Amino acid sequence: MAVPLAFFGLFFAYPVAAIVGRGLKTDTGWQFGRLGEVLARPDIADVLWFTTWQALASTALTLLIALPGAYVFARLEFPGKQLLRAVVTVPFVLPTVVVGTAFLALLGRGGLLDELAGVRLDTTVWAILLAHVFFNYAVVVRTVGGLWSQLDPRQEEAARVLGAGRFAAWRRVILPALAPAVAAASLMVFLFTFSSFGVVLILGGPAYSTLEVEVYRQTAQLLDLSTAAVLTMVQFAAIGAILALHAWTVRRRETALRLVDPGRTAHRPRGWAQRTLLGGVLLTVGLLIVAPLAVLVERSFDTPGGYGLGFYRALQDTGAGGGTFLVPPLEAVGNSLRYALAATAIALLVGGLAAAALTRRGGRFVRGFDAMLMLPLGVSAVTVGFGFLITLDEPPLDLRTSWILVPLAQALVGVPFVVRTMLPVLRAVDGRLREAAAVLGASPLRAWREVDLPLVRRALLIAAGFAFAVSLGEFGATVFIARADRPTLPVAVARLLGRAGELNYGQAMALSTILMLVCAVSLLVLERLRPDKTSGEF
Amino acid sequence: MSTTRKIAGAALAAALGVTTLSACGGDAEDKPAGGGDVPKSRTVTLVSHDSFNVTDSVLKEFEQQSGYTVKVLKSGDAGAALNQEILTKGTPRGDVFFGVDNTLLSRALDNGIFTPYEAKGLGEVKPEYVLDKEHRVTPVDSGDICVNYDKAYFADRKIAPPQTLDDLVKPEYKDLLVVENAATSSPGLGFMLATVGKYGEEGWKDYWSKLKANGVEVVDGWEQAYNERFSASAGGKKAKGDRPLVVSYASSPPVEVLYGEPQPAEAPTGVATGTCFRQIEFAGLLKGAKNEEGGKALVDFLISKKFQEDMPLQMFVNPVTKDAALPELFTKHGVVVEKPENVTPETIAKNREQWVKAWTALVVK
Repeated sequence: MAVPLAFFGLFFAYPVAAIVGRGLKTDTGWQFGRLGEVLARPDIADVLWFTTWQALASTALTLLIALPGAYVFARLEFPGKQLLRAVVTVPFVLPTVVVGTAFLALLGRGGLLDELAGVRLDTTVWAILLAHVFFNYAVVVRTVGGLWSQLDPRQEEAARVLGAGRFAAWRRVILPALAPAVAAASLMVFLFTFSSFGVVLILGGPAYSTLEVEVYRQTAQLLDLSTAAVLTMVQFAAIGAILALHAWTVRRRETALRLVDPGRTAHRPRGWAQRTLLGGVLLTVGLLIVAPLAVLVERSFDTPGGYGLGFYRALQDTGAGGGTFLVPPLEAVGNSLRYALAATAIALLVGGLAAAALTRRGGRFVRGFDAMLMLPLGVSAVTVGFGFLITLDEPPLDLRTSWILVPLAQALVGVPFVVRTMLPVLRAVDGRLREAAAVLGASPLRAWREVDLPLVRRALLIAAGFAFAVSLGEFGATVFIARADRPTLPVAVARLLGRAGELNYGQAMALSTILMLVCAVSLLVLERLRPDKTSGEF
Repeated sequence: MSTTRKIAGAALAAALGVTTLSACGGDAEDKPAGGGDVPKSRTVTLVSHDSFNVTDSVLKEFEQQSGYTVKVLKSGDAGAALNQEILTKGTPRGDVFFGVDNTLLSRALDNGIFTPYEAKGLGEVKPEYVLDKEHRVTPVDSGDICVNYDKAYFADRKIAPPQTLDDLVKPEYKDLLVVENAATSSPGLGFMLATVGKYGEEGWKDYWSKLKANGVEVVDGWEQAYNERFSASAGGKKAKGDRPLVVSYASSPPVEVLYGEPQPAEAPTGVATGTCFRQIEFAGLLKGAKNEEGGKALVDFLISKKFQEDMPLQMFVNPVTKDAALPELFTKHGVVVEKPENVTPETIAKNREQWVKAWTALVVK
């Protein structure tokens, strides 16, 4: 409990409070009157309204499209499943600039949809919503699917034997067990879309603006800290309300479930219904996720002299005519991986301890702590980044120019994922197992290792995958911190896209493809990681 | 508040724990801030925006001659980078800041983040660029934001490409221009300022009404305008961009040549020289710099012939000194903008926000 508290206090609460304080406090004292002033502005009201409804719509749409996917990934066996699971997580790490490109290729003028049906969706709200689904599909599939795959199918079968229809069995047995995971996934998707930045800018055109965009403009461009502070407080209030709602819906605490090894619950599709479902899900994934990614890959090979590896070769040198970097772009891969490893380690440590603390205790204080851990998802990166600047500026903690700030900032976003993924599973572990182990003479550590670890190992890996992916793709905070001599992949892509010239564009596409590959491979490796002792098979 | 102290203590312990923990993930050669075996005064730190670039060998040469090691920090776009310096006034992250342009100059000077320093070699800088008589900032480069056109598009249709702002509202150029959002993009703002400079504080809104009636398209940033919508760029060709006119830079055609695959004999794009706004970028010695002497040497270096001649191919901007020669790529494929539009930094600082608001209400909504 102490470690996560300290981590959040130092690297989140303190910087954010400082920057908000700087905005609201002048020489004449606190300016709380600013609150009313800013909120009364019609343009701000518009921004608030749009932010909220697009986030709600995006969340609903994501659940609608991704829940069948969660079922398919959890319960059905099909060739290439592992690979596809990694692929659907790839969007999560792509810089929004790149996603914008891919989506325009799909929805924009002369895009796939335009060719097939003569429909153009760019600069409409549909493009924003679909891109949000593209980004967050994996969140639902991984959090809900992760738990679903461990639910004991025999409970459902028992209900069927006792005379419940297929639907009743699902509603009475599966749904209650899944509810916490579904709620957690919705919450995360909502927070993500609520604080959406790049997607809205690029696909919505300048007519749409979210709270996050407004905070960025007020802070980074106009330096109007008091307006930014008010907006940040509004963000806090909104997230607070959402978290309260979330707590209320999951009032029935996660119950102890019978968790089994996921390898045993999945089976080949049986009957036409399951086959249709599988086909439908694969089609959705193909159109919504694989197609935009494929466009990027195609463009990375599409050199003027026909298809080839020209752009990839160009990545190896800093460029004779003037490189964008002080190092070859390819080195960004190494930087990104190093940062991601560090960030994952921090996020797992902090998030794991927090989740453990939350499982052990109840009470209002703990619930507050749980909510607090979620806050970084809904607070703008620029607020945190600028907060770092004015708080971490004195020895021994002058971290402003230190590389450690990058993984720290990334871990901040990773921790909520770790907590949300671990918590349902940790809470589902039956305490009596631990007690039994203790009675049999196991030390608390040994009991944890023999009882909890095997059960939560899968959740731990999923959590690590998320933290890793978040870190790989994180751009907002990194762009303020990244040192010139060690750009991360997304930063490198953004810099390449920021210059004219065919070679730069091609290199940006090639680097995005490498980013996707790095992400997919890392996730596959994580999925396959199994401690050498297979004590968890029972 | 003993609890805060306790928390701070715990936090410190945690942070240190985290540092050691992640050091395994990081690489050993990178030392945390404050560490290292070079004494502080031998390192000089340049804080800049994302576009800063210099050839490695040029920087190395400066390091050898001066005995300083240069560290470069890039922190976001020009606006964000400057605002971070304003926030950390008095305890800066570095010694020199590069990248304040004339649209932001007043904000930087009013906030007093720079120490006056008259750089060695300032006599070589063209006097029209020396905007601050107190020498709190030193001009380093200039560049023009102009409308670029797709040569092939106009040649195929036998229409003359537009050359001036007045041309852009003519019916033959209807639905051809894409511009960036003035609220979020620096070329977008520059182009808006060009119209303010040309038509005055009264007339520019009328001009934009006409431009809107003539089908101008607004997208969020340069990347999108140039790489997606502009018909002559590599990305635009692939994305079937259908706008042959885009707000970009006067240096974009040479860049298209340089990064062509293979390099074309002639740039595929041209510049409408009567649509330009001139950006001048400055550097300044930061108040409270840890290494003031090193900082001064670095500012001198930024206007040295060596750096000035290296700049064009690294950042695609023009030198500000009289003696710096342009590379062949620029003399062959670039244009000289004789009369860029101009608005004084003070006027920009005073009106920027209301202009952007008016522009947004007029063009975007």
